[in-house]
Amino acid sequence: MTEYYFSEEHEYIRKENEVFYMGISNFAQEQLGDIVFVELPDVGSTFKKGETIATVESVKAASDVYAPCDCTVVSINTTLEEKPETVNENAETNGWFMCLTINDETQLKELMSQDTYTNFIQNVS
Amino acid sequence: MLTSSSNINDGKAYKTFSGDKGLQHEEELIFSIGDINKTGVDFEQEDTYDDTFLQGLERQQPINLPGLSEPEAVRHYVRLSLNNYAIDTGIFPLGSCTMKHNPRLNEKIARLKGFSDIHPLQPISTVQGALQIMHELTEWLCEITGMHSIALSPKAGAHGELCGIMAIKEALRVRGDKRNIMLVAESAHGTNPSTAVLSGFTVHSIKANAKGTVSLASVKEAINDDVAGIMLTNPNTCGLFEPEIIAIAEAIHDCGGYFYCDGANLNAILGKAKIADLGVDAMHINLHKTFSTPHGGGGPGAGPVVLSERLAPYAPLPRIVKNDDNTYTLHEHADNSHTQQAFGRITAFHGQMGMFVRTLSYMLSHGCDGLRQISEDAVLNANYLRVHLEKTFGLPFDNKNIMHELLLDDRCLENTGITTLDFAKSLIDEGFHPMTVYFPLVVNGAMLIEPTESETRQSLDKFIQVMLALVDSAQKGEVDRFLNAPLYAPRKRIDETTAARKPILTHE
Amino acid sequence: MRYLPHTEKDREKICADIGINNAQDLFHVIPEHIRKKAVLNLPPAKSELAVERYMQNIAKKNIAADDVSFFLGAGAYKHHIPASVDMIIQRSEFLTAYTPYQPEIAQGTLQYLFEFQTQCSRLMGMEMANASMYDGSTASAEAVLAAFRITRKNKAIISGNIHPQYRDVITNLCTVSGYKTQTLPPRFMNDEELLEVFDDDTAAIIVQNPDFFGHVNDFSTLAKIAHEKNALLIVCTTECVSLGLIKTPGEMGADIAVAEGQSIGNSLNFGGPYLGLYTTKKKYMRQTPGRLCGKTVDSDGKTSYVLTLTAREQHIRREKATSNICTNSGLCTLAFSAHMSLLGQKGLHTLARINHAKAQKMYKSLSQIPKVTIYNSTFFNEFTIQLPANAADIVDRLLEDNIIAGLPVSRLIPDNPECNNLLLVCATEMTTDNDIAFFANKLQNIL
Repeated sequence: MTEYYFSEEHEYIRKENEVFYMGISNFAQEQLGDIVFVELPDVGSTFKKGETIATVESVKAASDVYAPCDCTVVSINTTLEEKPETVNENAETNGWFMCLTINDETQLKELMSQDTYTNFIQNVS
Repeated sequence: MLTSSSNINDGKAYKTFSGDKGLQHEEELIFSIGDINKTGVDFEQEDTYDDTFLQGLERQQPINLPGLSEPEAVRHYVRLSLNNYAIDTGIFPLGSCTMKHNPRLNEKIARLKGFSDIHPLQPISTVQGALQIMHELTEWLCEITGMHSIALSPKAGAHGELCGIMAIKEALRVRGDKRNIMLVAESAHGTNPSTAVLSGFTVHSIKANAKGTVSLASVKEAINDDVAGIMLTNPNTCGLFEPEIIAIAEAIHDCGGYFYCDGANLNAILGKAKIADLGVDAMHINLHKTFSTPHGGGGPGAGPVVLSERLAPYAPLPRIVKNDDNTYTLHEHADNSHTQQAFGRITAFHGQMGMFVRTLSYMLSHGCDGLRQISEDAVLNANYLRVHLEKTFGLPFDNKNIMHELLLDDRCLENTGITTLDFAKSLIDEGFHPMTVYFPLVVNGAMLIEPTESETRQSLDKFIQVMLALVDSAQKGEVDRFLNAPLYAPRKRIDETTAARKPILTHE
Repeated sequence: MRYLPHTEKDREKICADIGINNAQDLFHVIPEHIRKKAVLNLPPAKSELAVERYMQNIAKKNIAADDVSFFLGAGAYKHHIPASVDMIIQRSEFLTAYTPYQPEIAQGTLQYLFEFQTQCSRLMGMEMANASMYDGSTASAEAVLAAFRITRKNKAIISGNIHPQYRDVITNLCTVSGYKTQTLPPRFMNDEELLEVFDDDTAAIIVQNPDFFGHVNDFSTLAKIAHEKNALLIVCTTECVSLGLIKTPGEMGADIAVAEGQSIGNSLNFGGPYLGLYTTKKKYMRQTPGRLCGKTVDSDGKTSYVLTLTAREQHIRREKATSNICTNSGLCTLAFSAHMSLLGQKGLHTLARINHAKAQKMYKSLSQIPKVTIYNSTFFNEFTIQLPANAADIVDRLLEDNIIAGLPVSRLIPDNPECNNLLLVCATEMTTDNDIAFFANKLQNIL
């Protein structure tokens, strides 16, 4: 069972077998262009919703990535160190940034479902 | 309208056996040319020494740097130089960069041994001429800006910003004020917000209005008791003189803050406006822009900061004082009345003397009338470009009052599949250095063009013709010309993505 | 006006096209009362000849190092510069180019920057280098700020034997950025003492080698101590010629190594322009301030160079940039790199040996003067001597004999009476045996 939750800032949380993966949406990676580096937080660090949790760099831009909900970082996707292009190739699957624990899962309900997000980005673009 | 063969690769080109092309040579790295056992510097016979004073402290690993004989070195660098575009090659219309002609007299003077061969810590009696240069430079720059005093030591524009913002911070500290917000225009150079944060302030961005300027209303809206000051560029990075600047300065002063002006665009207002009369408290002057010290492929620069009377006590060390007997004193410590409120140093020694000499020489050459003429010609040239380009390109703001540079956006490329970057690269094929692109951030696909006073009308005419011809070509759908550009430069489009994903910063 | 190409006719034509009567019309956006006050009370234009005469007269009021027996170092060093170096940096295509933001037409600048970065890395024994800072002092301050970002700690320890002006620059920048600094006393400290200065907040310790007083040190143990405390060792060098002979920061285990690069290829220039070298470990690449040049390819697959990792820099990251630096020391790096290319390992090693040998010769001469005590047990090309009287006075006396005898330490450390009689003296390949004999002789006579 895989569920996606999206934020208005284009982060997603993917719940898969009770594990929460976080990354940026396919729409976001398209907007950023060629991604050259992803700066990830230390494992074990905790974030409040809306805090900067990671930074994504393309050649000519650096964008902050915000925590979509209160969370703790359990692990990070080390593939991105060597192959940041994974985010361009498979943003919402292999291009995940980190795994999280989320204490208050009700916060996920404040995020958008896949369908709502699809509509949302149509309005954005 | 210029025309060109529609087939820009007309099939005549073939690969040379050497890989070189006429005057253009592929040049290896020095690590391939040189030899570890060779040197291009001969020495007199070595004196002998014993190891008493270095025992055990010698370098263990070899330096592993090749040496080149003089003919090899000279050829290496001359060949490299031929891959560079420069002001001496042609128009260099980088907006906000003021790429003007660099008079060679200034180079000659900077090399007089009385200027180049003096040590910063020589006895003061042996460097009275150097201090005189610094003092005369102070007088000229204070007259041009109407400001009270100057800090000469900043090494470049961003360093000058740091100096000015540190002076503001110190002034606040002395009066026991903990304000921590710096207002910065959205159209500012990146150095402004970066400097403010480096100095411990929080940045609040002020948006530009529909005319491309900062409105008094938006500043007043942002003002509160925590506002330490505002950083504005004037004329701003859209090439526009800020019409409400005096009222903005008053508003900032009324709230107890200071007005920092980014002086990158001083070239537009020499003899036309003294920034002191606008209410400025501190402004850096890029000597390498307005006063033509060479850019040198990225530096060195020099960024002296002029200060208002209320910030003057907080200038950093050192300071120069002219004595009654026409001698000069250099105050290097905060232990006397002139300097007791200085916040200290921002660099070792006294600043970019080599640039001070060039700048004074440049100002002496122009004199009062010449300085004013610089600004008039620079503004005339920018407006000449405007009248000939605005119909085709359109102006991003409803504002024709441009000063020394022209801001365009990418609307003329709409639906062509060609970006501002592609357009800029096609200018390279036409023999021009591109304008500044994607800055300022306040318009889409920005192209910021600063011709400077150094360009002739003929040179501007050619640039205009090419700009118009390129738009025509883009709109006709000749995308190859743009997407593959540059074809006639030493290199084709460079892969910046790979460079950043797999950084190789040294030769292994 | 020889630098302004427009004739009056050109200006008329331009005004006609714009649709204005004269250039004044373009300045109406500036309030009239401001324009009226903007009259410049400055002299009129001068001919090239007149400017040359004027400036020559001022230049003559300075005493050039070349015209005296010269023993001054202390952060700026008089070395010989091959004639070809100045010819190379005066090539129009280097001198009048801008920052290489359009790499397809700036490969000349970019390739020498790549070569420069490699030269710096190897010289310092470090893994990577940037494309330069303003000078050694600002490079030192930037290194300390980088250490705060890397360790996410907030205090720096500054060695007491660092150039006093460098110390001031570091302290000021740290303070304004909201960080703490602790300056150690100016003396040798053993390992136990050094261990105690580190606390949990310590991000880095910055030391100088050879230090301000000329001592050559081995900071290998200090590196270990720092690393045990999760802090960085930053080594700064004001005389980079020394690295042709002495143990490098890299060999000691430094995490960041910075230097003043003036000694190679650049004139004294009364303190500027100079260039700062900034080198570090690859793992700290993304916390490096300033420009970085990287190797890549163009669309034809040809080797090319480009400014890279620019997302660290102010023009992209704005308030979150690693540094506010933009313009750096471009042309000074070319002078450095061209001189270093001529020298190579062989030349640099010889140059360093000559410098050390000259200093030893001076040591021997000065140590024979009864009232002179030499302060150093180690040195490269400068050392500190203790005189029986105020060093500044003695420097003034020797000036009468056309000797610039070195730096009275009190000029930079005015508040410490122990420094009043200390003189920092330097010898380089420019120093002749006659200079040394003359200096020793005159000094002995005065004392």
